[in-house]
Amino acid sequence: MTPLQDISWQGIWKNNPALVQMLGLCPLLAVTNTVINGLGLGIATLFVLLGSNITVSVVRNWIPNEIRIPVFVMVIASLVTIVQLLMNAYTYQLYQTLGIFIPLIVTNCAIIGRAEAFASKNSVGLAAYDGLMMGLGFLLVLVVLGAVRELLGSGTLFAGAELLVGDNAKTLTWVVFQPDENFLVAILPPGAFIIMGLLIALKNKYDKRIEHIVVGEQEKTKIERARVTLES
Amino acid sequence: MLDIKPISKASGILALFAICTTGLVALTHIQTKDKIASEKERAIVRTISQIVPPDLYNNQIAQDCLMVENHQGTQSRIFRARLNENNTALIIETIAPNGYNGRIELLVALAKDHQILGVRTTAHNETPGLGDKIEVTKSNWIEHFAGLYVTAENSKKWAVRKDGGTFDGFTGATITPRAVIKAIKETTLWAAEQESLFSAKSNCGA
Repeated sequence: MTPLQDISWQGIWKNNPALVQMLGLCPLLAVTNTVINGLGLGIATLFVLLGSNITVSVVRNWIPNEIRIPVFVMVIASLVTIVQLLMNAYTYQLYQTLGIFIPLIVTNCAIIGRAEAFASKNSVGLAAYDGLMMGLGFLLVLVVLGAVRELLGSGTLFAGAELLVGDNAKTLTWVVFQPDENFLVAILPPGAFIIMGLLIALKNKYDKRIEHIVVGEQEKTKIERARVTLES
Repeated sequence: MLDIKPISKASGILALFAICTTGLVALTHIQTKDKIASEKERAIVRTISQIVPPDLYNNQIAQDCLMVENHQGTQSRIFRARLNENNTALIIETIAPNGYNGRIELLVALAKDHQILGVRTTAHNETPGLGDKIEVTKSNWIEHFAGLYVTAENSKKWAVRKDGGTFDGFTGATITPRAVIKAIKETTLWAAEQESLFSAKSNCGA
């Protein structure tokens, strides 16, 4: 596996910020009642993660070790504020729906976690790629969780797409079925916990199989090489 | 002796970062300020256009705004609709403080004779699937108020059926419609007593 492939594998599956590291669960559970809300928060988080990883990596050699945490916090906080202002200006209605959870991205430990664990030790390119992949991993979980909850709760998918991409997107809303009563548990926060738990269980169940498909070949060659060294 | 050099260096760098990051935020703020203000204004105009017929006004309604103290003792914004300088309608921001889950923010449009032109919910935290039927996108319940009057005589009938009134609640939620009806009633009665809501000088606006 090349370093880039490894970063993608880590971000999206092996070390997924939401499913494995369990970081940023507060906004994750709170806003994922529809696909679009999940997607909106996912994109915002992805941008912050990308920006903070790049910035931290650029300045990593000039920052004395003692003040790195305050500097990271400052970088992340200002990036979140910038994203918040931009969303307020260009996706006003979505900003109204996501509300308090945009500022809360600051407290998403996945971001400072990546700054500390990866960006502060790697080159700008790798750090940017890591931010992208970790952000994508987080975004995918938000979207899947949002899709399951929206489908179970109100029988639709992509409701409110116009909040994200303008009024022409209203036709994107896909009514899968029309329940007489909404399935409340799926929409309310307890449902988020339950479905999140099921997603984690599902991931764990197929973990071995998928790992075998993705990195299986790699492992084998490694073992062979090891044996060669032993024999020689 | 304590070497203070690394400390001053570190604080210097920290200060530099503070200046840079704050500068960036300030720059973004300046860049987006006008756009945010105009989006806010558009949002107001959009909601108003849903409840006030477009042939009733031709003024810049989002700018024709009055901030006054209402019956709840809080500051509330009132937009004035005028057609060729003739007063036609008042659009009043009001709050139902006793929703099932906190405050429900409403916009009530009243014609000059205090007939209700329409009501919309602008913000709330009611239970999805139960109390959120006060949103026009979820149910047409909120549209039933259009065309009605609140008078001293009929004010007792402004309640949900359960409380002896004339309005239907919705299944599984009584507190939410009760709070909304009460807020509409009180706002309308309060506005009917005020005399200068149209004439007062505009003092807010998006």
